[in-house]
This record gives sequence, C-alpha cells and structure tokens, in this order.
Amino acid sequence: MSEPYLIEARHLKKYFPIKRGLFSRVVGNVKAVDDVSFGVRPGETFGLVGESGCGKSTLGRVMLNLKRATDGEVRFEGRDIQRLGSGELRGLREEMQIIFQDPMGSLNPRFLVKDLIGEPLRLHRKMSASEIDDRVVQLMELVGLDATRRNRYPHEFSGGQRQRIGIARAIALEPKFIVADEAVSALDVSVQSQVLNLLMKLQQELGLTYLFIAHGLNVVRHISNRVGVMYLGKIVEVASTDELFAKPLHPYTAVLLSAIPQPRLRGKRERIILQGEVPSPANPPSGCRFHPRCPFAKERCRVEEPALVEAAPGRQAACHFPLF
Amino acid sequence: MAPKLLEIKDLTVGFLTDKGFVKAADRVSLSLEKGQTLCVVGESGSGKSVTSLAVMRLIDYAGGVIAEGEIKFHGDELTNKPQDEMMRIRGNRISMVFQDPMSALNPVFTVGDQIAETLRIHKQMNAREAWNKAVDMLRLVGIPDPEVRAGQYPHELSGGMCQRVVIAMALACDPELIIADEPTTALDVTVQAQILELLQKLKRELKTSILLITHDMGVAAEMADRIAVMYAGAIVEEGTAEEIFERPRHPYTLGLLQSIPGLTGERGTTLYTIRGGIPGIGDLPAGCRFNPRCPHAKERCFREEPPLLPTPDGHRSACWLESGPEVKTS
Repeated sequence: MSEPYLIEARHLKKYFPIKRGLFSRVVGNVKAVDDVSFGVRPGETFGLVGESGCGKSTLGRVMLNLKRATDGEVRFEGRDIQRLGSGELRGLREEMQIIFQDPMGSLNPRFLVKDLIGEPLRLHRKMSASEIDDRVVQLMELVGLDATRRNRYPHEFSGGQRQRIGIARAIALEPKFIVADEAVSALDVSVQSQVLNLLMKLQQELGLTYLFIAHGLNVVRHISNRVGVMYLGKIVEVASTDELFAKPLHPYTAVLLSAIPQPRLRGKRERIILQGEVPSPANPPSGCRFHPRCPFAKERCRVEEPALVEAAPGRQAACHFPLF
Repeated sequence: MAPKLLEIKDLTVGFLTDKGFVKAADRVSLSLEKGQTLCVVGESGSGKSVTSLAVMRLIDYAGGVIAEGEIKFHGDELTNKPQDEMMRIRGNRISMVFQDPMSALNPVFTVGDQIAETLRIHKQMNAREAWNKAVDMLRLVGIPDPEVRAGQYPHELSGGMCQRVVIAMALACDPELIIADEPTTALDVTVQAQILELLQKLKRELKTSILLITHDMGVAAEMADRIAVMYAGAIVEEGTAEEIFERPRHPYTLGLLQSIPGLTGERGTTLYTIRGGIPGIGDLPAGCRFNPRCPHAKERCFREEPPLLPTPDGHRSACWLESGPEVKTS
C-alpha cells in the first residue's frame, strides 16, 4: 500500500521532565505532546492551531526531529526518522526545513544575507563559491528580495524582508516539507499578506508541503487545506478547512472560532466566553482535558478521556458529545 | 458648552536623534467624549503609542519631546504641567493599562499591595481601607477568591489574571479616562475575549472613557465608538466605527481591511496587499506619506501633503482623492 501521507505522527509523545531538589529528582512531566497521531498529505498545507502552551510548536519540532520524541513514531515517506543513523538523518534534513516566527532571532546578525542564504548550500552541496552566489541571487529573486542587497546584514532589512530571508534559507535545498512555525505572526498586517502570498506561490511553484503552525485562525483558514486543533498536548479535532470553519464538531474549536474579533461590524458569530484559562500541561484534568472549561461537559467527560475518532465522514474529533 | 473630556490638537511629538528632530507623531488631533471608546489603530511605527504616552506625559521619561500642540483634559492643558502635578493626575484621573501585564506589575509586592498603593497615594486611604478596596477591585474585574488572590505575587497568577489585576489597579481610583495600549495583544484569543468583555462591562457600568490603542482591526470593531487610523506618525482617517468599517475612504484603511484574511468567504486566493513596507519615521516621502504604497497616487500626492478633509458622509480622511477609492465591502 502506498503511503497516503508525506509525513505522519503515530502516537507521538514528548514529555519534559520536571526536576526538583538537590539530585534533580524527576517529580513529574510536562506532557507537551501527549499521544498525537496525524498525517500531512503530499502537496497540502496542514494548519495546526491552538493557544500558547498547547504543544503545537513542540509537535512541529518533534516532527522534524529537532527535539527527540519521548515515545511514538514520526514517519517521513514511510521511514521512521527516529531510527535513522546520523548520516541518513543528515540526508533527510535537506528534505525538511523550518521557518521560524522571529526572523531577527533566527538569523545570525553577524552574517551577510548572502552567507545566511548560502549556508545550507555550503553545508549540504558541493558547490563552488560562484555557483552558490548564482543560486543565492536566484533564491532572493524567487522570494521577492532585491538581490543587489545580498552583501548587507539582516538588521538592514525590514521585518517582512527578514522573513523572506528566512524563507529563502528554508527553500535553498529544495525541501519537500516545511514547518512554518508562526511564520507571519510577528508581522504587521500589511506585510503579513505579502508573506502569505509568497508562501502560497512557492508552494505551487516548488510543490511544497507545509505544516503551518499558528494561533491566528483567519490566517490558518486562508492558507490550509486541512486543520488540526490542539488543546493541552492533544489534537482534539481534524477536518478539512471548509468543514471545520463551517461547522466545528469539538466545543473547543467552536469556542476558539467565536473568540476571534472580526474586523467588521455585521454578521459576527455569537461569542462563547470561556471560564478560566488553559490548565497546566504538567497536571492536566482527568477525563477530557477540556471538561473544566467546556460549556457542554457532562459526567462522562470528567472520568473518561475521549479518543480522536471519526466523528463524521472524513472528520475526526475527540469528544464524547460532538456538536452536530 | 462643556469642554470635552480629552481634546488633542495638532500634537507633534518627536525624539532628538543624531539626524535631528524626528517626528513620531505629526500634528495629531483627537477628541474623546465622556463614556466613549476611541480606538487608535495602526501598524508598528504609526505613532499610536507615542501619542498615548504624550497624553500621560510619560513621553518625557521615554526621551521624547512634545514639540507643538495642545492636550486638554477637561479643558485643562497638560502639555506644560510640571511632573509633580501630572503625578496627581496619573493613576488617579487618567490611568493606563499596558500590553504586557507581567512587566507592568512589580514582582516583589503582592498584587493587593500594588493596588492598595495607588489608593493610599491618591485617595489618602489608610492601609486597611486601601486593602479592602483592593480586594473589592479584584472582585469587580472577575478574579475568583479575591481575598486569597490579593495576597499573591504576580508570578502566582496567569497572564490573563495579571491583566485583570492591571485593569483593577487602573480602575482603583475611579478614573475618568483609561488609556489601554494593546491590552490584549499578549494574551491568547479565548483570554482576549474575556478581557474585551470585561472592558465593555466596565465601560457600561462605570461609564469610564477608554482610549484604546491597537493594531488589530478586529479588536477595534469589537470595542470602538470612534476610530482613528494612524499611519507613519499621522492620522489618515477618523470617524465612527461604522464609517471606518463600512465606508472607508483612505486607501490605507481600505488596504488594511482588505489584506486581512477573513473567517468566511474565499480561501487560498492571492490576498490583497499594500505594496512595499512601512517607512521609517526618519525618512518619510514628500507629499502624502502613503504615496509610495498607494495604488491611486496622483501627481498632487507627491507634491502636497493632504490634511484631514471631510468626506461626503461627514467623517475625515487625509487623501486628495476626489471620489474615494473603489470600496468593496464583504
């Protein structure tokens, strides 16, 4: 059987131990990612949304093996990447890249832009200096940067342009898969749409597959084919973007959608105001993790944890009482 | 006619740099009536925070200079008041809510003490009265178990709770005006929804006027009676929330509204973009400051800077365009 997914997580867990005392005794675990299974199809954009601390960024990093999973598998084109040797893994690094949120924090301020974009080529490809320079020019043009400015430092560029440098670095080795971790969240609105357009254009031209991690739901809706919603280390709902936004099945998804302030005065969703805040992932509630805040929680939700199951054709939700 | 609660006229605020005097806010005029919420919307570098700091005269401590203009609070001029008089106004009659609640609170005092301090200073309450009022304030802003919470330190509270504490502190002396500078930007959407709801409730019940600074058009739509859109140091459009959202006239306002992907409608299409980037305040173009990015710029726009002109429906837009840009509202 051919793999339906380019990259897939199977029962993936990432725990961070909490250490206390003189001998750093492990007293508990922060369950940042707790038994998550999902896959990203070739050529699609899978949006991953959730509030801070829900584990979405950790999940993205574990998918790239930038953080080692506590348990579970990540399969890239059918191979479990955690079982690969360092040589094989190095080969795989060319195929999977990441774009970070803060372009200033992820670009070395002492590097010239041409060295920043050329660095992956120097490390992974046997290319001469002039070949690298040609490729840097080509990449800068591809992401909409003025290639004559390649002998400058990142601080001489604006926020949006720096994010373009980060994107050029990420696509330099022609990867198949890119994790975009809050790639447009730090940008001003008028610049954000430019970078979103660029990401969509590159996807078409280069056949990229994205895992698009963000907390801004309107942005995720615009760019994603399918969306996964995370809450406290779990994926609570997966659906095609249109279905998810038209009719959320999980109460948390419904709350999240209703909470976004819309830039218009008419035709708003009715707002559901949640009580309380996201509990600590070190000590998640019993049963369904959302039950203390859920407006529809019943007794069963307190004791039994719902699994992520097919709740409607092509849609998964982890809820005992999905909203139909 | 009674003077307005807050009236800012031709306010120019800037910083002395090695390149000379750089204007961060350029002839800004705004007014706010009692019980109203005025949102100042803009992207980074638009001058919205500088304007709010100038009203509080905190700009003096940030190295800024008020070069020109008036700030009248109940008709009383604030720009030339000595700081010791401003201290009697700040936190008492005008108070401020900042973006990051964790850095607005002092980590070594309990939250109750911090609220009580404001009351002891401005209302001459004794320690016990002030503490009791602090607990009442925490209850008012929806903090559960206020008696217990008052004795806790900021690190023991979540971000959303801390922002409620900051709001409680801002409200403690029953101010006439609250300046909230990106009060929900650091918070998650579900917590943001709670805080916006709280601000609206307080506005309804206490009739406090709010000057809300935000970059989020969604938050503005939620909260504002009136909106002023700022770009690169100047107000480019000003009107009621309805006028700004339904009949925007300035190409920047329109571009901003069109470049936000919606929660309904088409997806995956090429988004509308405003070309180029935000200019630095030190190197503004001649003429209209938006001209390098404007799709409608004409010869006059490169020559002459447009003042805020009345539009057909009576709001104001700083644009030479006669007919207004093509308006597509979804």
